[in-house]
Amino acid sequence: MTGPAIQALLSHWRTHPLQLVTLLTGIALATCLWSAVQAINAEARASYARASAQLATGQLDELRNPGGYITLEQYAELRLAGWQVAAVLEGPLRVGNRRVRLMGVDMLAYPALPAITEIEQGTSPPDPSEVLTAPGRLLMSPDLVHLFLSADRFPPVIESTALPPDLVLTDIGVAERLLNRSGQISRLVILPQQPRALPPLASIAPGLQRIAPSAQMDTAQLTDSFHLNLTAFGLLSFAVGLFIVHGTVGLAFAQRRGMIRTLRALGLPLRRLVWLILGELLSIALIGGLLGLALGYILAAALLPDVAATLRGLYGAPIDGQMSLRPQWIAAGLAMTLFGTLAASGHALWRLSRMPILAGPGLQAWGSQNSARLTGVIGLGLIAAGIVLSFSAKGLLAGFGLLAGLLTGAALTLPFLLSTILNLFARQARSPVSQWIWADMRAQLPGLSLALMALLLALATNIGVGTMVSSFRLTFTGWLDQRLTSELYVTAKDDAQAAQITAWLSPQVSAVLPIRSTELAHETGPLFLYGIIDDDTYRQHWPLIAQGPDVWNHVLQRGAVLINEQLARRADLWPGDTMTITPGHTLPIAGVYSDYGNPTGQAIVAMPMLEEITPGTATRRFGIRITPERASDLAQSLRDQFDLPPAAVVHQAAMKAQSLAIFEKTFVVTSALNVLTLGVAGFAILTSLLTLWTQRLPQVAPVWALGLTRAQLARFELVRSVLLAALTACLALPLGLVLAWVLLTVVNVQAFGWRLPMHLFPGDWLVLLLLTLLAAFLAASLPAWRLLRLPPAALLRVFADER
Amino acid sequence: MNAKAFILFLLLPVTSWAQGYAGLGSSAAGFDRPVTGYEFQFPRDHGPHPAYRIEWWYLTANLTGADGLEYGIQWTLFRSALKPFESDGWQSPQIWMGHAALTTPETHHFAERLSRGGIGQAGVTAQPFNAWIDEWKMQGDIADTLSLTANGQTFGYDLTLQAQGPLVFHGDAGYSVKSADGQASYYYSQPFYSVDGTLHLPDREVAVTGQGWLDREWSSQPLAEDQSGWDWFSLSFDSGDKLMAFRLRGARGDFTAATWISADGQTESLPDGTLILTPLETEHVAQRDVPVEWNVQLPDRGIDLDVAALNSEAWMGTRFEYWEGPITFTGSHTGRGYLEMTGY
Amino acid sequence: MLLSIDHVRKSYPGGRPVLNDVSLTLDQGQTLALTGESGSGKSTLLHLTAALDGFDAGEITLDGRPLSPLDDTGRSALRRDCLALIFQQFNLIPSLTVAQNLSIHARLANRSDPGWLTHLTERLGLTDLQDRYPESLSGGQQQRVAIGRAMAMRPKLLLADEPTGNLDETASAVVLDLMLSLVVDTGAALLLVTHSHEIAARLDRHAHLSGGQIV
Ligand SMILES: Nc1ncnc2c1ncn2[C@@H]1O[C@H](COP(=O)(O)OP(=O)(O)OP(=O)(O)O)[C@@H](O)[C@H]1O
Ligand SMILES: [Mg+2]
Repeated sequence: MTGPAIQALLSHWRTHPLQLVTLLTGIALATCLWSAVQAINAEARASYARASAQLATGQLDELRNPGGYITLEQYAELRLAGWQVAAVLEGPLRVGNRRVRLMGVDMLAYPALPAITEIEQGTSPPDPSEVLTAPGRLLMSPDLVHLFLSADRFPPVIESTALPPDLVLTDIGVAERLLNRSGQISRLVILPQQPRALPPLASIAPGLQRIAPSAQMDTAQLTDSFHLNLTAFGLLSFAVGLFIVHGTVGLAFAQRRGMIRTLRALGLPLRRLVWLILGELLSIALIGGLLGLALGYILAAALLPDVAATLRGLYGAPIDGQMSLRPQWIAAGLAMTLFGTLAASGHALWRLSRMPILAGPGLQAWGSQNSARLTGVIGLGLIAAGIVLSFSAKGLLAGFGLLAGLLTGAALTLPFLLSTILNLFARQARSPVSQWIWADMRAQLPGLSLALMALLLALATNIGVGTMVSSFRLTFTGWLDQRLTSELYVTAKDDAQAAQITAWLSPQVSAVLPIRSTELAHETGPLFLYGIIDDDTYRQHWPLIAQGPDVWNHVLQRGAVLINEQLARRADLWPGDTMTITPGHTLPIAGVYSDYGNPTGQAIVAMPMLEEITPGTATRRFGIRITPERASDLAQSLRDQFDLPPAAVVHQAAMKAQSLAIFEKTFVVTSALNVLTLGVAGFAILTSLLTLWTQRLPQVAPVWALGLTRAQLARFELVRSVLLAALTACLALPLGLVLAWVLLTVVNVQAFGWRLPMHLFPGDWLVLLLLTLLAAFLAASLPAWRLLRLPPAALLRVFADER
Repeated sequence: MNAKAFILFLLLPVTSWAQGYAGLGSSAAGFDRPVTGYEFQFPRDHGPHPAYRIEWWYLTANLTGADGLEYGIQWTLFRSALKPFESDGWQSPQIWMGHAALTTPETHHFAERLSRGGIGQAGVTAQPFNAWIDEWKMQGDIADTLSLTANGQTFGYDLTLQAQGPLVFHGDAGYSVKSADGQASYYYSQPFYSVDGTLHLPDREVAVTGQGWLDREWSSQPLAEDQSGWDWFSLSFDSGDKLMAFRLRGARGDFTAATWISADGQTESLPDGTLILTPLETEHVAQRDVPVEWNVQLPDRGIDLDVAALNSEAWMGTRFEYWEGPITFTGSHTGRGYLEMTGY
Repeated sequence: MLLSIDHVRKSYPGGRPVLNDVSLTLDQGQTLALTGESGSGKSTLLHLTAALDGFDAGEITLDGRPLSPLDDTGRSALRRDCLALIFQQFNLIPSLTVAQNLSIHARLANRSDPGWLTHLTERLGLTDLQDRYPESLSGGQQQRVAIGRAMAMRPKLLLADEPTGNLDETASAVVLDLMLSLVVDTGAALLLVTHSHEIAARLDRHAHLSGGQIV
């Protein structure tokens, strides 16, 4: 009994191949975008986990000095008291124009690392004395090696595949020399085995803070918001893809209603039938899902390098652009697909199971005006829920909750809004034909509403995300202009050369601005403290977003501090408050400045204050103020005079270009997903119109009989589609702007720590509107063309078939 | 002689770079070599000699508890130079390693520490005498009173040592030959310590008294290439006399040496071949057969001893593994002492 | 007795009773014509007999099995194995070929008989149309396929609801002749709803439905 039933059910797809393709495409698209994002996230998380394992971080308790670094004396004191701790000194290292993280560990005490084991078992392991004594050795992944081989101030290099990207591992003795932080320790790892009779930490090292692994600020936490961002995008695309699935399955079921009645009349039990259809759906979902996974994998592999670049640039996250295929990912992706497909077809399946064998008086495929009103009310409820959630919850989830509520709520109110608008138009209409068009559009609305909802979501997202990205770009470029004011930036080999360069430059240029910074462990996370000298460059250009009175004099003469926006928002510190930089230094906050492009806290004090807080900080970098015309010549003579490599003297323009390039990378994924979502929505409209087409003839035939030509009807068909899309686009605009506002003021602040001013880009909207109309036009042209080519007999038959 | 320390340092980098030291046994480039006729100067020579590749401060003690049980402890600080000098900071080429053990008739506890010089975490100063790594310490005056402390995860000890006799020099006035080829080290001892203090066992504290033996030795290349392991005895006779005796097992034949130390500190070096060592009984310890009962003979002096371990499980499962534990002996004489065996 | 309809009542929600105490019996191999005015409830009675719909009172017993206690699975089994239906609107499966449509009921009932099917196909004049799809057939051809689908499973009872209602006179005659001769050949019982007294006269018995009752 099952065999012929399956044959009959499946025969539908043979006669409706386009429908099958649509369904598979819908499923594949939903799966593709979603699983691509998942693959990227999984890859990133795996990289973090691998890095943690490779560096033995995040497993053991640590000691840190909240005020700065730990001294060698403090380390020895702990050791002499019996505490088994291993010292780590880490910091950024500039090689050419690349920044890598240098991690110096006490190779004798630090837990065994995979990289060491790997080298140990290699063909030519180094002599321990080479590693432990000067000049030492640098361990790094193969792709970094060329950087270090071409630079000359570094110890010999050892390749290891067991190290995270952009990280250089070495003995702590080498690290303190390369970082010029002699006698300093960033943190102490508390080893698992401790002797008996240990004195309490508080009595040995009262200034140090013991931090459990869970409280250590790791990459995974740092990048959480970024990944959540991606996930939200993936989910949105998934939802849009499911709109297609819903529409197509609904259509396929409607078209098979007759067949299903016949099969039941021939004695196929309902329960068997439902199981068979469920099996059919799951098989299709499986095929579509596998297709989507394959596409998703390709997409992820294509996007990953950019994501990796972003994560590295923004968070210093240890991730490279390599994709690997994970079985869990396949399983999770397929599960999501099956679940999504079932959810999207559940309604149709349910209705099928309740359908009487005997055809009753006409059941409409989709709801009426009443149900539009009902979904409208539900939509308003969802919007309200989103708003309530955003007030009651905290953090990024609240932001996304608000977004989800707004988007789905708005989508649900769309049919009601549209039908109300069409009603208004219909009332204005005078001629019978225009009256018919408006009425007909309203009648079509239920069938199109899902596709229009998908369009609304995609358009709003596009406007919202586009506004955010463009606002960011505008702000960022302006900020770069303020921030990168020096015409040249120079990096010296060492302190001595730095002094020589300063002396040589001083008579020739308007100002030499030393860039001196130190990394401190602060309770809010790592804090970079910068020292500045008094110069108009700062007073005039520094991008302050909040300031107390007489801000610069306070900073330069009265020991106040400026902090960046990230830190201000994270710790809720604003001008007038005070901030404890180190236990001995609690400084008044004079102002807050915007600082895009890094997630860490930053603070600025006057140079003497920096010297007081962390004596002996190196100054190897300078900004040089000079008339722009002379910049190139000076750069060349600097290189010649001090034998500096080209990368050591950088022009402002090059610096800006580089910063902008990093910025563009940051949003490349967002934009790509954005475009894809819009594409999926366009496809959804096409499928909906094609769906409606099959139900269209009975509605068109009477009008044709009343004397409208097929050409006119075809034109109306196009107008109808374009008009509905235009109306939807108009409604999407305010929604998109609200979305942008939420992204800028809630999500961005949570994810990146900065709040951006919102700029409007009507030109972009116009382009988007035109694109939408074009898509609607294209989507409607196939049905219109069919109508044009329809033999009159087909229209006549409508009357004959009508029951 | 604790020649094992040499191998220890050959293998020290096993933790990090297994074969890194493989070739070093045969060359001592840049390092000083022991020569005959060296004049020891104290307290200076109690301190470190960075120009020599290896050096140790090696203390063992046989103890009797207030509970009547026999105990043994070991406290060792090794110095291994990657380069023949000392410098400040992390890049000091001097590597320090501590071993501590506490042996009871039933249990054997041990611990290990590692550090480098130059950062204050480990080192030795001669005046005042202080040898330390982390919280482990041997300090005071080698010729008079020393305090000794060490801890592992579950055990520890705090002891006071009192010198009851003079320093003793092995070989030719402290120039101790280690092979037929002439490899040698500087080697002197203080075998006359009386000891008292407290042992910290996982389940109890025990007050103890007993006798201790300190070895001081430094060299740059004390082993011949064919030598694979050794058996080393320090024996304290109930009469007050002492005997240091060792055998280096080599492919080209064994090399033995011994020092007879009479109760008043007079010494006599006994040349290769005088000492006869015969393993009597082996025990399966740490997946290998280790001789834990021996016959020790010095026929010239009418000495014929049957030596047995207090606890045959006295295995040091440190980076370089070896057997080291307290022993007692009977036969022509009675007494107790320490036995060390490597290469099994 | 193959079919017995016993004091059956049926009314649709919100309407007057359509069937009001209808009783009828049909023996194996017997043919019966059911006539009545439009809206008198002929189709309704046929649907009740085919276990496609439930009734309010009375009992219908088919091949010894009373219908009212049966659930969907039981009713389906009865339809599948015992009876066949021919509708005015043919109700073929549009995405299956003529040959597949012909065999589907027999295959659902697990009662395929290739020899009989070939014979049927020839007799119904469908041999050349086997690979075509229903939409490309004329009404008479489609109804012949429906008859073939019904007879292929050798039903004990054939229910036909104005099978010629959508056909012109010549096609009607052909279809009706074929159906009746096949019914006779297979020994099936037939309950035929028709408007035509001519047709009714060709069957063994005749029942007229009026005012919700057989008269
Ligand atoms: N699903 C239904 N719901 C409500 N009323 C129905 C339904 N089906 C039929 N009826 C009503 O029941 C009555 C009998 O209908 P039925 O189709 O049985 O008549 P009929 O005798 O077959 O008519 P015709 O000769 O026109 O086919 C009619 O009044 C009809 O309106
Ligand atoms: Mg009827």
